[in-house]
Amino acid sequence: METLLLLIIGFMIIAGITAIHARDLLSALIAQGFVGYGLVICFLLLRAPDLAIVQIVVETITLIIMVAVVLDSTRKELDVAADKRQVRTIAASILFIALLMVYFSRAISALNPFGEHTLRMSEAYVTGAVEQTGSLNLVTGILWDFRGYDTLGEATVLFTAAIGILTIIRLTGKK
Amino acid sequence: MKGMSVIVKKVAQLMGGLIFVYGMYIITHGHLTPGGGFAGGALVAGAFILLILANGSDYVRLKRQEEGSSVVESSAVLTALVLAVIGLFAGSLWFFNNYLPAGTAGELLSAGVIPLYNIFIGMEVAAALITIFLALVIYKEEISR
Repeated sequence: METLLLLIIGFMIIAGITAIHARDLLSALIAQGFVGYGLVICFLLLRAPDLAIVQIVVETITLIIMVAVVLDSTRKELDVAADKRQVRTIAASILFIALLMVYFSRAISALNPFGEHTLRMSEAYVTGAVEQTGSLNLVTGILWDFRGYDTLGEATVLFTAAIGILTIIRLTGKK
Repeated sequence: MKGMSVIVKKVAQLMGGLIFVYGMYIITHGHLTPGGGFAGGALVAGAFILLILANGSDYVRLKRQEEGSSVVESSAVLTALVLAVIGLFAGSLWFFNNYLPAGTAGELLSAGVIPLYNIFIGMEVAAALITIFLALVIYKEEISR
């Protein structure tokens, strides 16, 4: 299973690089769709059907909306000429990558060895959740009982997105 | 916005109902099988988006649908919040307290308030996605006039 997972992840990385470098925006979108659907297969292989259902539906809807936008506006990517500012951008990104690598290498040595992470919180959740919540689906039980406040925040994010789009995009309300 | 060809319309009519019923199943059985409010709500929204894209719709109807969906979205998220606040007054003083009887795990009517949260969050997610889609479509119709 791990080789299959590695194969799919490598495929996703290739598709992501293709999406960045494609000249045609429609083909970039299709390559980006490969990344999303590969993630669905990864979730299914790692036994997370809850996430897989959400990911496949949201990926399809966003892909439909983005394809509609690209077909309606332009399919060509903008040509940005190289100027002096690019040198500064490259230097800054190299600096940040180096900093992140230094701090990650320091942090990783303080963690537990790979595959032996601590399970203090999740053990208590997994062993007692069905009796405490009465919900056979552990994920929903944890989301709406132990972590209800988090989940309400998640729902509010979508609500805020809809309100924000209505505020920005509606012309009649502005007049 | 215009509709698509006859084949696309027919397939969308055949599939739309199936997708809608599957979304309803995912929402109502969220505490038993994988899924829940978010996944089911996105599926229901997908069914409506498929039907609107295939069949097309005129400007006036789109605006009326958008008003309805934004009202449903706001009232659903408010209801979920009210259900959570009731937990503060029922029994011990927790926000998101599970105050209804838990019942037998595995039955459709079990797990206390969790199915109610699933249903209202499903409504909220479905209505929010439809509202975003309709707002984009209406914007396109408005600037092309």
